Amino acid sequence: MSEAGRPPLPPEDLMGALSTGDLVPEPLASDVPLPPPQPEARYEARPKGRWAEDGEGELLEVSVGPHHPSTHGVFRMDVVLEGERVVRLKPVCGYLHRNHEKIGEGTSYLGSIPYTDRLDYFCSLTNNWAYVLTVEKLAGLQVPERAEYIRVLTAELTRVLNHLCLVGFLVHDMGAMGTPLMYAFREREKLLDLFEALTGSRMMCNYFRFGGCRCDLPPGWLEGVQRFVDEFPRFLDEYERLLNENEILLVRSQGIGVLTPELAINAGVTGPMLRASGVNYDVRKVDRYGVYGRFAFRVPLGEHGDTFDRYMIRLLEMRESHRILGQALRELPAGPILDPKAKLRGFRPRAGEAYGRIEAPKGELGFYLISDGKPNPYRYRVRPPSFVNLTILEDLCLGHTLADAVVILGSVDIVMGEVDR
Amino acid sequence: MDEGLRNELSKQGVFTTTLQELYNWGRRSSVWPLNFGLACCAIEMIAASMARFDIARFGAEVFRPSPRQADLMIVAGTVTKKMAPLVVRLFNQMPEPKYVIAMGACAISGGPFKQGYNVLKGIDRYVPVDIHIPGCPPRPEALLHALLKLQEKIAAQPLTGEHRPRHLSPDVPGEFPVPAYGPYDLQPAKNDDVWRPALVVRTDAG
Repeated sequence: MSEAGRPPLPPEDLMGALSTGDLVPEPLASDVPLPPPQPEARYEARPKGRWAEDGEGELLEVSVGPHHPSTHGVFRMDVVLEGERVVRLKPVCGYLHRNHEKIGEGTSYLGSIPYTDRLDYFCSLTNNWAYVLTVEKLAGLQVPERAEYIRVLTAELTRVLNHLCLVGFLVHDMGAMGTPLMYAFREREKLLDLFEALTGSRMMCNYFRFGGCRCDLPPGWLEGVQRFVDEFPRFLDEYERLLNENEILLVRSQGIGVLTPELAINAGVTGPMLRASGVNYDVRKVDRYGVYGRFAFRVPLGEHGDTFDRYMIRLLEMRESHRILGQALRELPAGPILDPKAKLRGFRPRAGEAYGRIEAPKGELGFYLISDGKPNPYRYRVRPPSFVNLTILEDLCLGHTLADAVVILGSVDIVMGEVDR
Repeated sequence: MDEGLRNELSKQGVFTTTLQELYNWGRRSSVWPLNFGLACCAIEMIAASMARFDIARFGAEVFRPSPRQADLMIVAGTVTKKMAPLVVRLFNQMPEPKYVIAMGACAISGGPFKQGYNVLKGIDRYVPVDIHIPGCPPRPEALLHALLKLQEKIAAQPLTGEHRPRHLSPDVPGEFPVPAYGPYDLQPAKNDDVWRPALVVRTDAG
């Protein structure tokens, strides 16, 4: 033991496991007895009735979802109702847990980009951006100016697309079946045509690369964007004229689900939900990532924090996105679209960690990566805005009717691919 | 009836048909899908029902939220192991005759998330799938194509005889065992009556 004449270390100086006593070998996996099988199902889907403590009324526990047309995917809320009022609400997630983070830790950095498309499947391009921004921080890559402008263009088109669909679905939840959602999807198809011309895919764009973009703009694409930018205000005016003063929409949304700025900040709510409560926080303004510092645009803020403010914030943000699009189209420079230092094959960033965040349409989307110098990340973590925004759902819904809870959930703007990952 | 005689009669304004054709024509022209979205593919399913692609042209625009009123389940998206029992239960709640379209790579086989520990490797392990649509996600046109193929399948189903479909055979069950999440995984891992994977024969020649 001590060839160099050193005395052996006392046992308490060794690693913690040794100093506490005898070293117990870990049992083999095959020796561990299996837990006894569960005798019954984990939960009971049928409503359960029970009496309230004061003996006045009957509380009814209802499981809304995961198969429910208004829960926006496979989200489930366990709601306790007194009459029609919500007295307790428990969100149940995990029905779409697709192991995104675990797969990301076993995949190369480049191979994770297509998976990020499927996080928030309305906004694949902003998901791409958050991820490549993090990797660029990790590897120290510089993005050429033209690529930054293309990123801004596509990200703002994505924001318009997301807010359009959100408003359509929100109004659909309030009972306007058909028309507003169809109008929104009509505009969405125009945007998807642009995405398809640029990236080859309608929804899963997979377009950004570390240090730039995958390919340059196809001929005629900018004219297509210009045409969309020219026509979009007319559509938005029409849409607002159709909806904004609708009496049903006003009654169903004003004063419903009020989110106070204090609660929003404490819960970590970001994005349009936070701004609807009157807190001026937009990562595009705070971080000025990319070239967002060069554009003149305003951050719309709400006053009451209710569902109507959240609805109006989205409409106003679309107008601001439209302003950014116009400026980006005018100023788009020529040049390369990929950092020459970036290599796609055999990409191994040096050991370290990075957190990159952007203002995704739903809020602050962040990726946290730890690299240990290998081709795949050691730790891969997503900070999804939808999931964090969902945590305050019970606070918003208490005291409102179940029908209002559906509208409040619609105004939170969740996508289950991102909530459950 | 002889085909020539039938043509001749139709020229005279007399249309003849069989009960089977009439019955299948009615069924295939009004397939009501279940309003059932799981993940990304559901958005393309909604897009297919919107103005541009307009699934109403094929009589399938009536998306029903309740499985009791639906004929067709479009499994649109990734089926996780937490969700799989509910998908099978929903399918059991649908009245016969009922059909399943597995839309997208995830519903067929787990797709890009196949290596995930929580992802079911294809819904055809538990329920009989009539049409598979590849794609991630499939375009709305692909969904319309699948619907047309399903209509062809319905039109070809005989009412009597040995090859009549499930809902006309009283001894064939229309409900399928619902898996439950056991200590480690879904139990059972597959329904052997439904899942018959293709036999892969490996030879030394490769």
